[in-house]
Amino acid sequence: MQGLLQAILNGLVAGSILTLPAMGFSAIFAVLRYPSFAVGALASFGAYAGWVANHQWGWSAQAALPVAFVVAAAVGTLAEWVAIRPLEKSGTLMMAVASLALSFLLENILRFGFGNDLRGFDLPLLRDMTWGPLRMGPQQIKNMLLALGVMLAVWAFLRLSNTGRAMRAVADNPDLARLRGIHPARVAMITVAMGSGLAGIGGMLLGLDTSIDPMTGTRLMLSIFAAAVLGGLGSIPGAVAGALVIGVVEELTVYAISPAYRTPVGFLVILLVLSWRPSGLFARRAEA
Amino acid sequence: MLNYAIFVFTIAGIYAVLAQSLMLSWGMGGIVNLGLAGFFAIGAYASAMATKWGGIPLPLGILLAMLAASLAGLVVTFSTLRLRDDYLAIITLGFSEVLRIVANNEIALTGGSDGISGITGGVSRAGGISYALAWLGFVSLAALACFLAVRRLAASPWGRALRAVRDDQVVAAVAGKPVTRLKAQAFALSTAMAGLAGALFGHFGSYVAPDMFQPLITIYIFLAVTLGGNGRPAGAVLGAYVLVVFLELTRFTTERVGGISPLQGAALREITIALVLLVLMRLRPQGLLPERNQKAFPADGPNPGKPP
Repeated sequence: MQGLLQAILNGLVAGSILTLPAMGFSAIFAVLRYPSFAVGALASFGAYAGWVANHQWGWSAQAALPVAFVVAAAVGTLAEWVAIRPLEKSGTLMMAVASLALSFLLENILRFGFGNDLRGFDLPLLRDMTWGPLRMGPQQIKNMLLALGVMLAVWAFLRLSNTGRAMRAVADNPDLARLRGIHPARVAMITVAMGSGLAGIGGMLLGLDTSIDPMTGTRLMLSIFAAAVLGGLGSIPGAVAGALVIGVVEELTVYAISPAYRTPVGFLVILLVLSWRPSGLFARRAEA
Repeated sequence: MLNYAIFVFTIAGIYAVLAQSLMLSWGMGGIVNLGLAGFFAIGAYASAMATKWGGIPLPLGILLAMLAASLAGLVVTFSTLRLRDDYLAIITLGFSEVLRIVANNEIALTGGSDGISGITGGVSRAGGISYALAWLGFVSLAALACFLAVRRLAASPWGRALRAVRDDQVVAAVAGKPVTRLKAQAFALSTAMAGLAGALFGHFGSYVAPDMFQPLITIYIFLAVTLGGNGRPAGAVLGAYVLVVFLELTRFTTERVGGISPLQGAALREITIALVLLVLMRLRPQGLLPERNQKAFPADGPNPGKPP
C-alpha cells in the first residue's frame, strides 16, 4: 500500500515534468500538422544549455531555466526554418521524416560537444521531506511547482494574448485564420519557438531530478507520444492530462512489473487508445 | 581487401532488400514506416531462434522470418491504417523502440543484450572466401528478386491503385479502390521483405543482438531511398549501393579528422549522414532516378484503344 502510494506520488512528479514537452509536441502538431520527432532532442538541448549555465557559469538552477528555454527555442526555430519548413509542399510526412533526421543531427551535435558521460547539475543537498511513510525530495516539489508555473504561463499566453489567440485560430482552421488577416507562417514560427522552448525546460527539469546525457530527451519520446495521443493529438489541455496519466501509469509499471518496462507501457497505451478512441480520452472534437 | 569488398557488397545487398521494402510502403503506398529497423530485427531473431533452437533448416527459417515480420506489421498497423498517416509514423517508431527494450530484457527468450550467437550460415564457414562469396551471391540474388517483384507489382493494376491511394486517398476511395486493404497488403508485403533482410543479416553474420537494430538503420534506408529516387524500384537499389559506399567513405574520412576522439568521430559521421538526408530532401527530393510519369494510354503503344 505504501509502495503503491509512493509510486503514484512519483508518477505525478514525473508526469508534471512530462507535461511540458508533451504540450510542445501537441502545439506543433496542432499548428503545423506534423508530428515533430525532434522534440526529444530539443529537450536534451535545453537540458545541456541549462547545465552549462548552472555548472560552468555557476548560475542557480532557477536562473538557468530561462537559458534552457531560450536555447531550445532558438535551435528549434532555426532548424524549422532551415530544414523542415521548405518541405511543406512535399507534405507533412516528409516533414516528419525530416524531423527524425534532425533529431539524430541534434543528438550527435551534443555527443560531439559533451561526450556520452552523465552530467549532473550543481544543486544544494537537501533532506527528503516525509509525510508518514511517503517521501519526496524538495527539488522534486520545486520542479513540480516550476512545471505548474510554466503551464499557467502557457495557458495565459494562449487565452489572453493576441498571438495566442491567433495560434488557436490557425490550429482550428488555417484558411479562416488567413481570411482574418493572420499570417500562418509567422504563427507557425512562434509556435515552434514556444514548443521547442517548452521541451527545453522539460529536459532541464528532468535533468535536475536525475542527470543528463545526449539521449535524455530522445528516451522521453515514447512517453511524449503516449501523453499526446492519450489527450488527443493537437490538444494542449489534453497533453497535460495525458502526461499526468502516463507519468502515473509508468511509475505503477515500475512498481508492479519492472523498471525496464516503463516505456513499453506507454506504447501499449498508444495502441489501446488508437484502437478504441483515436481522438483521445479527453477530446471533444474527433480527428480521424 | 577483397574480403572487405565482398563484405561491403553483401551488406549493400541486404540494405537493397530493405530499400525495396521501404520503396513498396513509402514510395508506392505513401505509408511512412519509421520502424523499419524493428521489422528487420524481427526477421533476424525469428530465423535465428528457429534454426538454432528449433532445428529448422535455413530456407524454412527465412520463410518463417518473412511470415513473422509480415504478421507483426499487420498487428501493429491493424488499428491505425484507417487513421491519419501520422499515427502510423508514431506507432511504427514506437514499435521498433519497444522491440529493442523487450529483446534486451527478456533474456530467457532472446538472450538479452548478449544476443544470439552461432547462428548457422548454411554453408561451412571453414571455406573462408568461398563462404563469403556464396553469401554475396545469395544476398545479391535476394535483392534482385525483391527488385523484380516490386517492379512487377508497380506495373500491375494493383500497383497503380496503390499509387492512386498514395496521391489522394479520397479520390481513390471515390473511384472504388479498397484503400485500407491496399495499404494493409502493401505494408504486410513490405514488412515481409524487411524480415527477409533481417534473416539474411543474421545468418550471414552468425550473430544478432538488440543494439544492431538501432533506429539509425531506418534513417540509413530512408537516405538510400531518397538518394535513389523514392518512386522507382531501380532507384532504391542504386540508392542502397551508393549509401553503403558513402557510409564506408565517411568511416575513413572521420578517422582522418585530427584532434578528435573516436566517439566524436562516430558522432561526426552520424551528423554527416543526417545532414546529407536533410539536404537531399530539400534539394533533390526526386532522387537520382526520378519516378517516371505513367500515362494510361501510351502514345506509341500498340493498341491505344484498349487500356493496358
